[in-house]
Amino acid sequence: MNAPTQRPSLEVRGLHKHFGTFHALKGVDISVEHSELVFVLGPSGSGKSTMLRCCNRLEEPDAGDIFLEGDPVTGKGVDLNAIRQRIGMVFQSFNLYPHLSARRNVTLALRKVLGQSRDEADARAMAALEQVGLADKSENLPAALSGGQQQRVAIARALALEPQVMLFDEPTSALDPELVGDVLAVMRELKETGMTMLVVSHEMQFAREAADRVIIMDDGQIVEQGSPERIFENPNHARTRSFLSRVTGGA
Amino acid sequence: METEALSGLERFAQTFLNWEVLVKYAPSILAGVGVTVWLSVLIILVGMTLGTLLACLRAYRVGPLSFLIVVFADVFRALPPLVVILLVFFGLPNAGIYLSAFMVLFVVLTLILAAFAEEILWAGITSVDKGQWEAARSTGLGFTQTLGYVILPQAMRLAIPPLTNRAIAITKMTALGTVIGVPDILNQATTAQSFSGNASPLLLAALAYVLLFLPFVIMSRWLERRYSWKKA
Repeated sequence: MNAPTQRPSLEVRGLHKHFGTFHALKGVDISVEHSELVFVLGPSGSGKSTMLRCCNRLEEPDAGDIFLEGDPVTGKGVDLNAIRQRIGMVFQSFNLYPHLSARRNVTLALRKVLGQSRDEADARAMAALEQVGLADKSENLPAALSGGQQQRVAIARALALEPQVMLFDEPTSALDPELVGDVLAVMRELKETGMTMLVVSHEMQFAREAADRVIIMDDGQIVEQGSPERIFENPNHARTRSFLSRVTGGA
Repeated sequence: METEALSGLERFAQTFLNWEVLVKYAPSILAGVGVTVWLSVLIILVGMTLGTLLACLRAYRVGPLSFLIVVFADVFRALPPLVVILLVFFGLPNAGIYLSAFMVLFVVLTLILAAFAEEILWAGITSVDKGQWEAARSTGLGFTQTLGYVILPQAMRLAIPPLTNRAIAITKMTALGTVIGVPDILNQATTAQSFSGNASPLLLAALAYVLLFLPFVIMSRWLERRYSWKKA
C-alpha cells in the first residue's frame, strides 16, 4: 500500500522529560517511516524507555510534540484513549491480566474499546493468537504459560487492535535465553507484514538482522543513527563505540 | 461425696438443659434467628457494596474526596460499635429523627462494615502491579474501565479472605442489638431467660450462633487456602 501522506508514521519532535531534578530526555527527535523497524539502543538510564513511554503518554512529556500519522498525540484536546488504541505497546514484564485467559486478555479491549460483539472479538482474538502461534493456548491463564508464551500473548493483545505503530519496551529482557527466539521470530514476522515498529532492546544480533535503522541514545539525547551495518561496523561516535564494546563484551 | 457431685451435675443440667424451658422458648429463639439472618444478609450486601464503591472512588485520587473517605473509614474503625449504636439510638430522637431499633442496628453495622471493606479493598487496589494499569490504558481502556475490568477483580481476589473474616466479625455484632431491643437471637434468649429464671435459652442461643456462623468460618478458612496461590 502506497501511503499517500508524506508524513512519517510516528514523529517525535523536541521531546523533553524531567523526573524531579533529573533531566531524562534532552530534546529528542525521532521519526519512524511506514513499515520501518527502528531499534533504539543505549546504556541503561539513557532515556530510551522513557522516550518510548512518552509516545503513548504513559509518561507525560514536559515539552515537545508527537504525531501519529500526522495526528497530534500530545497537547490539549487529544482523545488519549482513541490515540492509544492506534499505538500498540509491549512491555518488558508482559503485564498480562492474570485473572483472564489468553483469549480474554486479547478480547477485553476489542469488546470495551472497539465495542465489538463477543463473536467478532473472539474471532479477531483467535486470529491474533494464531499469528503468534498460540491458538491452542487460548483458554490458558497467564500463570499456565511460559514467559515467552506470555509475551507472545501480549503481542497478540496489542496486535488485535490493528495499531498503526507498535512500541516494544525491552520485550525479551525478562525472558530466559532459550525463550527469546520465539518472541523475536514473532517480531520478525510482524515486520514482514509491514508493521511499523519502534523497539527498545538489547538484542544486538536481532537489531543487526532485522532493523532498518538503529538509533543510539545516551544521556537523554540521540548520539547517532543509521543503518545497522554502519552503526555496528563503523560507528562515528566514541560514545557509540564504548557502548557497543561494553554490550558485545569487546568482541 | 459422690451424691453431692451428682447433684451438682443435675443442677448444671437443670440450669442449662431444662427440656421444658427449651421447648417452650425454642419458637421465639427461632424467630430471633430469622431477625439475625435477615439483618446479617442486609448488612453484608449493603456494607460490602458501599465499601467497594468507596475504595473505587478513592482510586480516582481526588484530594478532598479521598480525605473524606479516609476520615469516614478511620472514625468508624476506631469507634466501639456499641458506642455508635447507643449514640444513634438515643441521640437521633433528640434531633427529631426517629429510626426503629432494627434500622439503627442495620445502619450502624453497615457503615462499620463499609469502613473496613473500604480499607481492605483499597489495600488490594494499591497492591495490584502498576504494569496492569499501564497495559490496560495502553490498549485505549479508560480509567474506569481499567479499574472495573482489570484492577478490581485482582484486588477482590486479595481481599476476599480478610473481607470474609470481617463480615463474620461484624454480623456477629448484631447481638449488640439486644441493648436497644432488636428481637434478635440474643434478645429473645435473654427475655426467655428472665421469664423462666433458667439459662437454657441462652445455651440454645449460643447453639444457634454456632450453627449460623460455623459454616462461614469454615468457608473463610477454605477461601484463605484457595486464594493464597501465587499470582501469575
